[in-house]
Formats: sequence, C-alpha cells, structure tokens
Amino acid sequence: MDNSNPSTIAVTINGETREVPEGLTVKDLLAHLDLHERMVVVEKNREIVRREDYGGVGVDEGDAFELVHFVGGG
Amino acid sequence: MTVGADTLAASDTPLEIAGRTFRSRLILGTGKYKDNQTMVEAITASGTEVVTVAVRRVDLDRTKEEGVLYHLDQEKWSLLPNTAGCYSAEDAIRYAQLGRAAGFTDWIKLEVIGDEATLLPDVDGLLQAARELVDEGFKVLAYTNEDLITALKLEDAGVAAVMPLASPIGSGLGLLNPFSIRLIKSRLSVPVIVDAGVGTASDACVTMEQGVDGILMNTAIAAADDPVRMALAMRQATQAGRLAYLAGRMPRREQAVPSSPTSGMLD
Repeated sequence: MDNSNPSTIAVTINGETREVPEGLTVKDLLAHLDLHERMVVVEKNREIVRREDYGGVGVDEGDAFELVHFVGGG
Repeated sequence: MTVGADTLAASDTPLEIAGRTFRSRLILGTGKYKDNQTMVEAITASGTEVVTVAVRRVDLDRTKEEGVLYHLDQEKWSLLPNTAGCYSAEDAIRYAQLGRAAGFTDWIKLEVIGDEATLLPDVDGLLQAARELVDEGFKVLAYTNEDLITALKLEDAGVAAVMPLASPIGSGLGLLNPFSIRLIKSRLSVPVIVDAGVGTASDACVTMEQGVDGILMNTAIAAADDPVRMALAMRQATQAGRLAYLAGRMPRREQAVPSSPTSGMLD
C-alpha cells in the first residue's frame, strides 16, 4: 500500500468485496483495475454509468459495481 | 454457366432486418469455440455479417485480452448482444441495457429462459421484456418457441425479427416442427430467423427450404470436429435451402412417374 495515500474504502465489484483507494472516480477505478474503459460497461448500484460520465462519477464506501464486457455467446 | 456469388445474389433479395440489409442469411454465435482463431476463421468461412455476443462480468483476476471484441473486426461483422442466461424479463432488460451501453448497437437478441433443462423460453417474460425494450428504442430480435400465437404477439409488440427455435438450444436435433415454422413464416411480416437446434448442414438446408428468412446457429459449428469446414458447409446449405425454396419444389407423389419417354420403345 502506498503510504502517501493510506485511506482505502470497501466496495463491491462483481460480487466481491475489494479495498480501493479513497477518492477515485469510475475512470480511476478502471485504471486501478487495469481495464480499458472502452471495453467495459459499468453499473454502479444498479444504474448504468455512461462512458462520458466516468470521470465525474465517484467511488464511495459501500458502492456496488458491476463491470461487464462482451464474451463469446450464441 | 458458372454459378458464382453474383448469380446467387441476383437470384435472391437481400435479408432485411430493422432497415439494414445483409447478403448472408446466416447469423453466427461466438460461444464455445476452442480458441479465438478458430472462431474468427469459422465466422469468416460462414460468410455471415452478424455475430452474437454475451454480456458477462469481467474477470478481474485475468488478463484484459479475454473480451471477445479483441478478436472481432467490427468493420466485417455487426455485433448482436444477447440476453442469454436471463430467467426473467427484469434480468433480460438489464442485460440488454448493458449491451447497448457498450456503445456499438441498439440491437438485442432477446432470450428469456423458462427452464434450465430445456432452455425453452418463458413466453410471459419474453413478451413483457420485448414490449419494454421496444418502448426503449431497442431493435429486438426475439428468441421464441415455434408457437404462432407467441410469434404474432411479438410482432404486435414491435420486434424487428421473430426467432423461433428448430429444436432446443445446443441440442443439434435439427428442425423438429417444419409445419409450425412454415405457419409462423406465412403469417408474419417481420423476418423469421430460425434460432437454435440446427445440428448439421442438412438441417440448415431443410430449415431454409421452409421459406424462413435466415438461421442463427452456434453450437453446430463451434462443436464440430472441424468448425471451419462446418461453417462453409452451413453457408452452402443455407444458400442451397434458400434457392430450393425460391425455385419451388416439385409436388410429392405417392406413385412413380417415369422421367424418360414411354413412347418410342422397341418392340
């Protein structure tokens, strides 16, 4: 953990509880998770976050995120 | 005369769905391939212009290369997201909205499943989801059973295409009820795409001979020993069945009729 930013918060991502740094936006969260924002669709607390809003929507303690993408299917 | 692609194109009208036209009458799923290279080669061999994809959670602990979009050239193939795995209208609508939010298309292959063992559709949930998604501006291609009344209700709901099954998803049992499929086709104005159950090329050919507008398949190609060869076989079978339908088959007779002249025989 980076000592300059010791504060983390607990959020749920794809059903798993994870500690992430405090003060992230959705855009930051995707970067933190090493995900390409153009390939992922984000749902925050059951509401879809539009891609153009990724930089303006925050990540707060207790939020539940679903990060989805397209996989092979029939 | 050489029968090439131009001759085939000239002998048929294009498939039109929601205002878009396609030369190929095949739609392919992208699931269950042993690897992505085989998938891309099979899709290419099939000649399809539309491929289905599923919406699933990103696996946070794996590489970011696993999404299917890394392998599909969207200049070549239009994406058709599905709601596979959804057992309620509410879930299907949620998946459809996620699929649209990816930013590629407002088309959705709507599935609302009613039973795990058969994967047969839940008609109540299907109709509810279809109406709601049409209201939200989606172009809905609805997977359904081979029931005329449900098909008519889906058309009334404003779907872009009705997609009755040939037999259960992944079963490979082929076209079990040609009568019902013909009946649906004869009564609907929107395209009828048979979705699910085709097992091999003859199934695709017989299905197209019923006069339907197209076929959607996945497992028959992905689970073949050689998917690329099977994809080519399906392409040709779909074309053959379509041409045979357009050509109009001879009547069935219970008695033989000689093909050669009966006069001019030697004493």
